[in-house]
Amino acid sequence: MIEFQGLHKTFGSNHVLKGVSGVLEAGKVNLILGGSGTGKSVLLKCLVGLLQPDDGAVLYNGRSFHESNVTEKKAIRREIGMLFQGSALFDSKTVEQNVMFPLDMLSNMEKGEKIDRVNFCLERVGLAGKNDLMPSEISGGMQKRVGIARAIVANSKYLFCDEPNSGLDPRTAILIDDLIKEITYEYNITTTVVTHDMNSVLGIGDKILYFQAGEKLWEGTRHEIYDAKVKEFNDFIFANIAMQELKNRN
Amino acid sequence: MRWLGRYILFIGSLFKNREPFRVYVQQILNECVNIGIDSLVIVVIVSTFIGAVTAVQTAYNMVSPFIPNYIIGMLVRDMVVLELAPTITSVVLAGKVGSHIAGSLGTMRITEQIDAIEIMGINSASYLVLPKIIGAIIVFPMLVILAAFLGIYGGFVAGVATNALTQVEYVYGVQYEFVPFNVGFMLIKTVVFAFIIASISSFSGFFTKGGALEVGKASTQAVTSSCIAVLLADYIISQLLLV
Repeated sequence: MIEFQGLHKTFGSNHVLKGVSGVLEAGKVNLILGGSGTGKSVLLKCLVGLLQPDDGAVLYNGRSFHESNVTEKKAIRREIGMLFQGSALFDSKTVEQNVMFPLDMLSNMEKGEKIDRVNFCLERVGLAGKNDLMPSEISGGMQKRVGIARAIVANSKYLFCDEPNSGLDPRTAILIDDLIKEITYEYNITTTVVTHDMNSVLGIGDKILYFQAGEKLWEGTRHEIYDAKVKEFNDFIFANIAMQELKNRN
Repeated sequence: MRWLGRYILFIGSLFKNREPFRVYVQQILNECVNIGIDSLVIVVIVSTFIGAVTAVQTAYNMVSPFIPNYIIGMLVRDMVVLELAPTITSVVLAGKVGSHIAGSLGTMRITEQIDAIEIMGINSASYLVLPKIIGAIIVFPMLVILAAFLGIYGGFVAGVATNALTQVEYVYGVQYEFVPFNVGFMLIKTVVFAFIIASISSFSGFFTKGGALEVGKASTQAVTSSCIAVLLADYIISQLLLV
């Protein structure tokens, strides 16, 4: 479980996070939802420690990340896997080398064990046999799957996904969503997905935290969204659903 | 001053919480190949012609019949060893290696590859930059020794081909009043220049913000800053060790 309390983050005069708090539950897909420029990605970067919040705390199973010393932070980070918006694969390494990278750096496994583990993860994300391809030789959807394999290869307890569907066609986006959901349940991972995609909300969101202008306006499950009493959230949801239907009709 | 402060903090961060040394071995070897093998051609061409031009221009300026011809060999040797091989080679490498380092790190930064390393609990600065600095410190002296040899040889070819002096005179001049410390001085300068070029270029690339345009700017900035720093260090080292 990840808990964040009273997070504030300011860039110059732009107050991006205004004291947001919330709980990201273990073994569930937690969605951080909101339009562009609402502070979702900043929140995500504060959670994983890429940004230092001006105030507030992030607790990983009770361990305060930003108040930890360097060794403790390292220990927490080694439990984190992340899928980046642009996949962030190392473009000079093959698919196998990309997925093996965390094992090379963090484990004392023998070479054979590492290869077995990499092959297992690649098979799990549907990329068996693609070991020797370079990132530039595979599609965007496959790059995302390699990113997921790299994120889970070291048995991460926490998985963060930054806009996992961006730039993908609807069918591939659903496949990626399903993969994230399956992996979350299979390995009991605390998964956090930053998105503005309604398909993700309706398809995989066990818990949804809606943000607007740096504040959390609504929190609940995907089954509760139609009963939400927050006007801004309703506007966001129904505008997106209407847009989605319009797209489907065309 | 702020830039200098950030640079010093960056250098300090390379050594804090770094990974076990075994992690760096392959990286260092890769960097040695990237910097060394890939720079051989440019170093060979530049150093040979610089030696040749030095010999021809020295001969052109030797108008007094009282100055023996072998002085040309001696002057080429001292100019090449003391200044041309270490400094010109380093300036050329600042352009080639410096822009490559800044460009590759800048691209890694804007495509979130550095963030991906950081997320894993790895000191990304140390993992990416330290091998480049150590690789440069290992390979630059090798390239500069080669450059010095080729510079002197280029002077020999040009001097003899233009009938400015004979082979025997040139070889005698190269050996005349040779000071072994000058070679040590050349290597000391080179190691300092290697550190300056690799670290400043890494610093420029590592903190790139924005997109492709900014990566280009970071590369240009890296080359400009490295060249200025190399020339400044050249003067300071000469003042400290030769005067």
